Amino acid sequence: MSQDIVVVVEHLDNGPADVTFEMLGRARELAKATGGRVVAVAVGNDLEGVAGALGAADTVVLCQHPSLASYTPEAHQRALAAVLRARTPRVTLVANTAMGMDLAAGLSGQLGWPLVAYCRDARLEDGRLRATSQIYGGKILAEAEVEAAHALLSILAGSFPAEAGRGTGSPAIEEVSPPVAGPARVRFKRLIRPEGGDVDIAREAVLVSVGRGIQSKDNLPLVEDLAAALGGALAASRPIVDQGWLPKTRQVGKSGMTVKPKLYVAVGISGAPEHLEGMRGAELIVAVNTDRNAPIFNVAHFGVMSDLFDVLPLLTEKLKAAK
Amino acid sequence: MEIIVPVKVVPDLVEELEVDPEGRALDRSFLKLRLNEFDEHAVEEALLLKDKHGGRVSVVALDTEEIDEALYTCLAKGADRAIKVSGDFAAGVPSHAAAVALASVIRGLPHDLILTGVQAADDRDGQVGILLAEALGLPHVSVVSGVEPAGQRAVTARQEYAGGVMAEFEVDLPCVLGIQAAREAPRYAPVSKVRQVMKTVKLEEVPATGELPGPGSTVVRLAKPESSGTALVLEGSPEEVADRLFSILQDKGFVRA
Repeated sequence: MSQDIVVVVEHLDNGPADVTFEMLGRARELAKATGGRVVAVAVGNDLEGVAGALGAADTVVLCQHPSLASYTPEAHQRALAAVLRARTPRVTLVANTAMGMDLAAGLSGQLGWPLVAYCRDARLEDGRLRATSQIYGGKILAEAEVEAAHALLSILAGSFPAEAGRGTGSPAIEEVSPPVAGPARVRFKRLIRPEGGDVDIAREAVLVSVGRGIQSKDNLPLVEDLAAALGGALAASRPIVDQGWLPKTRQVGKSGMTVKPKLYVAVGISGAPEHLEGMRGAELIVAVNTDRNAPIFNVAHFGVMSDLFDVLPLLTEKLKAAK
Repeated sequence: MEIIVPVKVVPDLVEELEVDPEGRALDRSFLKLRLNEFDEHAVEEALLLKDKHGGRVSVVALDTEEIDEALYTCLAKGADRAIKVSGDFAAGVPSHAAAVALASVIRGLPHDLILTGVQAADDRDGQVGILLAEALGLPHVSVVSGVEPAGQRAVTARQEYAGGVMAEFEVDLPCVLGIQAAREAPRYAPVSKVRQVMKTVKLEEVPATGELPGPGSTVVRLAKPESSGTALVLEGSPEEVADRLFSILQDKGFVRA
């Protein structure tokens, strides 16, 4: 068993995702505590560009093969499992993303190593691994101690500063071959990009975003009117899109768009971690929600805990009158 | 096609959550439980597939508090079978244990496609669907919205990435898919229909077999997140709040004269 910290590199479209740099930064702190190295492991094909961005690691392990060019949960998990079995790191960090979710839990099941999911924090104290998960829709933090010699942690994007993981060192590069595999049971067919045509919410300076608190599709004009009065666009949290009330192009959050407007008005949005991930970079955040414990208030600059059905029409009227 | 949907109940996140005095678990005395919302989407996707292509939908759940009503509701929505897995689950069931318990029963059921909710509010040690796939030795894809048959022995599944990008996979059956969202909003089962099902249908019961693993980690502290204190709360009547909000937006230059 080694004292190394492994970071599973997430990449799409040539470069590592931001969360990879966040993990590399935290991995460095963990490695200081264990005395081990930071090992970045990337699976794919033509990974020179990806490897070049991983200067914060001590070692970069590349598992490259044409069959791994596009991510599939099965083949990439198999390749990672082989690397982890051979290296037996103390801690393995995986992003809690669509790709990372399959990998983290899959590896935990396959290797028999424990997994702590939805981590916002991870540290080693006197050799003991402590990880803090954000669960119950972001309403509860659970700090856990991991007893096992090896552990997997899946890390929520936005938990650590990415800057700490953008090093410019020259890590040793190790190439490994993917394990021999039978016929693939999961086959990549194609990537589907979002269709244009609707508003690009990532480009809007002002967004009024609506969540479950709006209760009914019939109430949407309330937020549409406010968005119009502010000269902004309408956005939404996941449940509104799942209900079919607004198109997917309007969705803010983990599986939707990441937005950084000058003003983000969150109406009836509780602020699950998946949503916060997509909007916490907004310059000014105003949240309207009757639940004073809603996690949205942890990122908002101004909070309104009155009923949105009372406040919104009044505010819209004032804005209209000012024109 | 034989479709299995494992479901569970979780605390309703709309309600206030309290931590018990020990500080390591939720205070369950006032907890309101509901079917995991992602499981509702998995049930809906299964029923849509059945409506369109035929087959049978079986919902399976570990015998935990208030699970009967959740299972009856699934039957009222159109599921063909509801199976309750009995075992010692009183102390709560971590995902790793739930996966092994579910696998011990699902192995004995005909299964082509297993749909789970992509995640649950309390799956601190990982997502049950993926762990279930590992326990059964099946391929898995998570964060899926959109499932279609691809010939007799495979399905097409779309996995959602950030920015609205999706990957399309063809996955051999049997497999496990973690459903993020069904193609349509989950259907509603009228209370009268649920009552009728409760009177006329008996839930099947099958015991879990084998030893259940632990989560591999121990919760030492459970707490509500401390507010980062950034939000300035605007108090007062709706008129006063709207006034103050207007002034703030005006100060920051968001009111277009």
